[in-house]
Amino acid sequence: MPWNFDSDKPIFIQLVERLESDIVSGKYAPGDKLPTVRDLAVEAAVNPNTMQKAYGELERLGLVYTQRTNGRFVTEDAGLIEKTRKELAKKTAQEFLSRMKEIGISREEAVKLLGGKA
Amino acid sequence: MSTILECKGLSHSYGKKKALDDVSFTIGSGKIVGLFGPNGSGKTTLIKILAGMIHDENGTVSICGNPVGIKSKAVVSYSPDIMPYRNDRKIADILESYALMFEDFDRKEAEEVLEELEIHSDDLVGKLSKGNSEKLQIIIAMSRKAKLYILDEPFSGIDPVARENIVKTILRMMPEDSSLLLSTHLIGDIEQILDEAIFLKDGKIVLHKPVDEMRDEKGQSLSDEYMEEFR
Repeated sequence: MPWNFDSDKPIFIQLVERLESDIVSGKYAPGDKLPTVRDLAVEAAVNPNTMQKAYGELERLGLVYTQRTNGRFVTEDAGLIEKTRKELAKKTAQEFLSRMKEIGISREEAVKLLGGKA
Repeated sequence: MSTILECKGLSHSYGKKKALDDVSFTIGSGKIVGLFGPNGSGKTTLIKILAGMIHDENGTVSICGNPVGIKSKAVVSYSPDIMPYRNDRKIADILESYALMFEDFDRKEAEEVLEELEIHSDDLVGKLSKGNSEKLQIIIAMSRKAKLYILDEPFSGIDPVARENIVKTILRMMPEDSSLLLSTHLIGDIEQILDEAIFLKDGKIVLHKPVDEMRDEKGQSLSDEYMEEFR
């Protein structure tokens, strides 16, 4: 998936969201080694300082850990990954609903559109 | 974080016209800074002072602790907004002169990256397309392992797809603790690599801010901010 950014939202936040999503989707599996800051910054065409900050945030969240000489790895804590997945799903659902509201679709109609039972 | 560049009270006039008026700012180590403003706002004048091409300015410049001169030029890699090489020169000859002039010039890297972009050592400068001439200039500048890179309007003639690649090449070639000052009208193409942006208007700095802060506070892109300031 190419890296596309909204220019009106901090790149830092978008990088964190993208990496979280790559971790919960299994693109980076538990225990996988992550690319270096520089390699990933070049791939995404973003500033290495911003990528560094995003990795730092993932470490703070516990999704990533650093082994001093070997680099960065994805957590093996399956519970944490699952929790992050649920949070991302919830956030995405909320974004969907608020967009629906903006265009005048009620919650019930929105759920119907998704094929669920209102 | 250490400081790479510090300017204090820089002013310069061409006759009666003030091109730069009391400009002060610093650039920290490892930062990528965009310099923006309409034509005639003083960008190139500022850059030429930093590169030591204009000497009669008022105010002070400190680059890694030294004023502009031999010591600063040894750590500044500057690419001007016009093609600095003669049309009848071979690329190999230019690389040769750079290797002689600058101790920090990595000739092997320059050759490899140019070859990746299908610009060959035995090509003549005059035979290159506008896009390829600009790529050549950027790659030669980035092949020095400098402390401060200054690129003046580096890719106006490069097509959008190639521009994305050259931006990645710049990121790849830049040493970690070095800084980059970049002047361009193509804000949208580089805003995601910037740490900070400086807006110049009539020779004065009207804004100098971290770009992510701008997006965070106002929810608008650097291009939006630019339009708001200069429209």
